[in-house]
Parts: sequence; C-alpha cells; structure tokens
Amino acid sequence: MKILVPVKRVIDYNVRPRVKTDGSGVDLANVKMSMNPFDEIAVEEAIRLREKGAASEIVAVSIGPAKAGETLRTALAMGADRAILVETDDAVEPLAVAKILKAVFDEEQPGLVVMGKQAIDDDSNQTGQMLAALTGRPQGTFASKVEVEGNSVTVTREVDGGLETVKLGLPAIVTTDLRLNEPRYASLPNIMKAKSKPLATKTPADYGIDVSPRLKVLKVAEPPVRQAGIKVGSVDELVAKLKALGAVA
Amino acid sequence: MSVLVLVEHEAGALRDATLAAVTAAAKLGAVHALVAGDGEARTVAEATAGVAGVEKVLLAADPAYAHGLPENVAPLAAQLMAGYDAFVAPATTTGKNIAPRVAALLDVMQLSEVIGIEGERTFVRPIYAGNAIATVESSDPKLVLTVRGTAFDKAAAEGGSAPIEEVAGPGDAGLSSFVALEASKSERPELTSAGIVVSGGRALKDAATFEQLIVPLADKLGAAVGASRAAVDAGYISNDYQVGQTGKIVAPALYIAVGISGAIQHLAGMKDSKLIVAINKDPDAPIFQVADIGLVADLFEAVPELTSKL
Repeated sequence: MKILVPVKRVIDYNVRPRVKTDGSGVDLANVKMSMNPFDEIAVEEAIRLREKGAASEIVAVSIGPAKAGETLRTALAMGADRAILVETDDAVEPLAVAKILKAVFDEEQPGLVVMGKQAIDDDSNQTGQMLAALTGRPQGTFASKVEVEGNSVTVTREVDGGLETVKLGLPAIVTTDLRLNEPRYASLPNIMKAKSKPLATKTPADYGIDVSPRLKVLKVAEPPVRQAGIKVGSVDELVAKLKALGAVA
Repeated sequence: MSVLVLVEHEAGALRDATLAAVTAAAKLGAVHALVAGDGEARTVAEATAGVAGVEKVLLAADPAYAHGLPENVAPLAAQLMAGYDAFVAPATTTGKNIAPRVAALLDVMQLSEVIGIEGERTFVRPIYAGNAIATVESSDPKLVLTVRGTAFDKAAAEGGSAPIEEVAGPGDAGLSSFVALEASKSERPELTSAGIVVSGGRALKDAATFEQLIVPLADKLGAAVGASRAAVDAGYISNDYQVGQTGKIVAPALYIAVGISGAIQHLAGMKDSKLIVAINKDPDAPIFQVADIGLVADLFEAVPELTSKL
C-alpha cells in the first residue's frame, strides 16, 4: 500500500509571529521556517506503518514556493521514498490545496493519506476533511492511534472530553493530533541520502486547478496586548489578592 | 440571510457550544437548526425548539446519523443547504470534523474559529495561534463557518417554541462505522472547558514532583491540570495535558502557571485567560509580562504553602 503525506512549510513554532505594520499580514521575511509540526507527526506515522509492514511506499507532497522543496527534503530525510512539489508563489487556501491533493490522489492512488490536522499559520483545520469530501472517501480526524487491518483502518480520535474510535474503509484520509507519536530526527546519513531521492516538480496548472482565493484578507492586526500586572511579595499576599478579586472562594 | 446551524448533542442533550453558535448565526439572519441523530434525536430536537432565536428545527432521525459520522452527516447538510445562505457549526471537535466536509461539497471556503462578525460577509478569526487576528471577507455564494464558543454569548436554552420538521438525507454512505467512545474519566474538569487551570513547567524537576505539587493545588481548586511543552517533553506528564500552540488552547477564568518561563509556544495557548497568576523563581521570566499577578518565589516552598492556605 502506498501512503500519501502532504506537508506544509510554515513559520517555526518557536518563532514569535510579527504582524506587518501595514496590517497586510504576518512578516515572514528572514524568519525561520520549518515543517508544520502536525505534518511531522504525519510523516512519522507513515514511516511507522511502513516499518510494521502495513505500507510499502511513502510519497510526500507539498504545495507552496520553491523553498517548500526543503520541507520535502526533510520528509525524505525522515524516511519518505519520494516527493512531489506543486510549486506556486500564490497563497493557496485549504479548498484549493484539497483540490490539488485530490488530483495527486487520483494520479497516485494511495491506500491512505496521512496529514496534519491543521497548519500552525492559518489554523484552518480544513484540508484533510475537504480532501475526504472531494475524493468521496472516509476521514479519521485528530488521530491519536492508527491501525491498518486488511482493507480498513481503525482510527482513535481525540474528541472533546474523550477518545472516539471509528473504522474506515480504505482508501481513507487520516489527520494527526499531537498524541499520535513523537517524530524522529533525521540522522546525518539520512539527510545526505535524501538529497538523491526523487523529487518531482509540478504546478497547479499541470493539474488544471484554479487556485484563486475565495477569501480576501482585509486586515491582520496584533491581538489586544496584555499588560503586565502586579507582583506580590508572598503567598499570603497572593491568596489575599485572589480572594479580593473573587477568583477563588 | 437564512442560516442553518448544526446542533451538537450527546446522550440526548444539547451541548452548550450549540447555544453560542445560535447567537453567532442570529447575527447573520433567520436561524434554523439541524438535529441529525438516531433515536435520541427527537428529544434533542424538542430541546432545540425551545432555544431562543431558533425559528425552525430540522430533524433527521436515522441510524446513519448516530455518532455524527461526517461521511453521512455532511451530505445531508450539503443537500439541505440548497435552501440556505450560511452553515454555522460550533468550533468543537464535532463541528470541525463535519463543517469543512460540507464546505468542500458546496465548493466554498470555510471560515474557521470565527470570533467576530463584522458584516454579512466579513468575519474576524485568530491565526498563528492567536498571535494575529485576521479580518476576512468571503466572496463565496454560500458561507460555511465554525464559531468559537467563548467568543459569543450562549442563547437562552428556553423560551422559544420553534416547529419541528422531519427531513431525510442520503443516509449511510457505507464508508465508515462507529466503534466506541471512551469518555475521559478524570475527576477533574476537562482542560479546554475548565474554569481554573493549574499548569506546571520544566522547573518542576520530574514527574513525581509534578504530581506532588501541581495535582494537590489543582484538586484544592477544582481545577484542570495543564503543562508546558517543556514539561511534556521532559516526560513529567503525558502530552494530552499540553497547553500551547501545538497543544490545547485554553481561556479559563483563572490560570496559574507554576515554574513556566513563558515560551511563545505556551503563551499562545493561554494568554486569553481572564486572570493569569505566575509563580517563578526568575524575576525576568517572560511569563511575568502577561501575568496579572506574579510571585517571584521558589515554587517548592510557595506551591505547598499556597495549597494549604487556599
């Protein structure tokens, strides 16, 4: 079985995003970029499924600028077998990403798609569900456990207040949550090896997909700033303050 | 504008998040509510009919709609959307599971986690884990949104008397099945909906100390337990307790950060809390820049003292 793993290049999770002074967006110039953390978990899960014998090939795909090729090299260094870069400098919305992924899905015919539940830049949490709708396949979102058996996959999902388990027919779309696994670091030899793994470059036009946006960003602003409050000198003072504010009984 | 709201329910009861979604939807136009489920759906529909602001309840009762499987519920919602201009779901795990699937079936872009409605097509939503706030305008013929429950008041659960209309959809798509739901059995409140959260960081030293210091304080306050990514990475507690950009986003009335330095990652997950208390040995820790009340102290002495004095 082949596993398709879409990955996105995003601002590194340790970098504080700065809103541009003209309110047009977040400044990404000279900012450290990395693979979306949830996508790293997706790559790791695909590799583990291959190690268990449930998968034979892992294809990583990314939609973005030429530099997204670096993110694909990271996926290859972790253990993906080959990669596809759908190159575009436009900001591509989740619906358009899902349409491109559907075209890749049709071409590659994977048994499973594993992808992050959301990207930490636009926080949309849509692409996996949309890909599932467009391909007419089932979805296992916010996965904390994935078990492939024959022609179905059992997914344990992190839902509000508990864990839900669903059984899905293959091919299926799985989106990863934090608890699924801890991604490995790519070793130096594997980073070297990844440089020679195949990476195909395409464009949205190659798949006949119109990526024009449906949403117009009118402005991006800083969130309301929190003012630093007061410092107290002792636990007694803290308790008194909390009681005065009615925060504790 | 006519709006269809997805009703989230569990064990025959309406979930609170639905009430906030009704308030948000009412800002756009006339609200109809969709209750999809199995045998219990009738009871839920009757409760929904009583929610202030709901003008009509659509009841789809079919075993295929039990457990809210998106493969079955999304085609039903998409079919009903022929008669509506907007689809609104609470931004809960259920809403987030179903709404994007509906949006794709309608070929529209969803607006996720909406926290403000500025016009019929203009919405406010957090991006970069709340480190930036975007105002966006949709050009799609129909709207699909998920709304954050903490950003809208809850509609009154009683007082309405909407008619209930039975509807039918495509039924079971035969793609998926429900296996089990294991509800969290914790005595403590759930992290994302708790009124008070006590979180520990790397300074707690190890798992045993975390358990000895953080847990009794949380229990004393009836609070949920949280942790920073550093504490999770160090193995003090499992990662479902992680508060932060890649963990849970919380906004309790009181957030107590113990031995947490205040990395951006962590602040993104808790800075919307109403009252933030920080206890840290380092007076220069960034956590004090967002804390309403800071105590510079050795947590190994301060926390047990605090627990005993509350």
